Amino acid sequence: MILQVLLTFSILSLVAIGGANAVLPEMHRQLVELRGWLDDATFSQLYALAQAAPGPNILVASVMGWRIAGAGGMAAATFGMLVPAAVLAWGMAGLTHRLRGAPWLKPAQAGLVPVAIGLILAAGITMAAAAHSHGLMPLLVVAVATVFVWRTDYSPLWVLAGGAVLGAVFLG
Amino acid sequence: MPEAPPPQTVLPSLAELFTGYLKIGLFGFGGVAAWARRVIVEERHWLTERDYAEVLGLGQVLPGPNVGNAAVMIGRRFHGLSGALLATAGLYLAPFCILVLLCLFYDRYGQLPAVAPVMAGIAAGAAGMVIGTAFKMAGKLKLQWDALVILLLATLGAAALRLPLPVIVLVLAPISIALSLRRSGLLRGTAPR
Repeated sequence: MILQVLLTFSILSLVAIGGANAVLPEMHRQLVELRGWLDDATFSQLYALAQAAPGPNILVASVMGWRIAGAGGMAAATFGMLVPAAVLAWGMAGLTHRLRGAPWLKPAQAGLVPVAIGLILAAGITMAAAAHSHGLMPLLVVAVATVFVWRTDYSPLWVLAGGAVLGAVFLG
Repeated sequence: MPEAPPPQTVLPSLAELFTGYLKIGLFGFGGVAAWARRVIVEERHWLTERDYAEVLGLGQVLPGPNVGNAAVMIGRRFHGLSGALLATAGLYLAPFCILVLLCLFYDRYGQLPAVAPVMAGIAAGAAGMVIGTAFKMAGKLKLQWDALVILLLATLGAAALRLPLPVIVLVLAPISIALSLRRSGLLRGTAPR
């Protein structure tokens, strides 16, 4: 069982172009539809659980692994999800280091930058849309936080703390 | 294989690499992209805005979380294997421990701790932080208009059309790379296969 969890998440790791949110549909297909390890409602609950913790969203895999097969499953899912992708990144770092003299490398890498920033922006907009489901107040927080982070160099902790306080007062 | 960094940047020690990534993981509510840039570029000056954006771009086209891939590449650049391992460990350690606690709580009580309103407020702040970070990066990198079009197409595809991210990356990355190569006069003759 643990081995199957390891194998399943290793495969997910290698198709996860775009990270956690991109791989979620495939994760659902594998865990709920193909393997039947989780039911639909549990999958959604576990996703919410993972969202409540800080850090990379990819750790949603750890939570799923824990639910499927306990601590061993959690370890196997985390290892399977992180290691294959990390090995690829390691190899890519070595490749760019070896090619660093090539005149086309920098421009080629620069070409990936707008795509990366565009996807960050999209993630922010998707998060803002989700926040909007709690009413108008969160949208105001989004707007203020956007300008604060964009136009100033103060720590973003202030906007997170401000959001937490407003959330406790107005959404409780 | 440490490289000499550009003049205005600071070469982090192994311990600094670890603690920097620890902070990124710990503070990264709603995703870590915004905090990673904040710590690496603004607070600790390990990389310039451009260097960081390029590492992140590579991390984006590889499978796996872009910030996690960037942690491996940045760790390797500064301190080889131990750098890659420590940066990665720092990034995941705190969130993983918090998740274990949340799982135990959930196991015991069958529900999440009653922090939903606070989390919703934090999520709104985090959304703005992510959007603001994207604006900041685009501004500081002085993207050309064609790069801005690619940026907006990626945003539109992911946020409005809900296209799968691999599709967006596979379509836009080659176009964007070609535009970038052409801008630097490299596309004809010397272009890589």
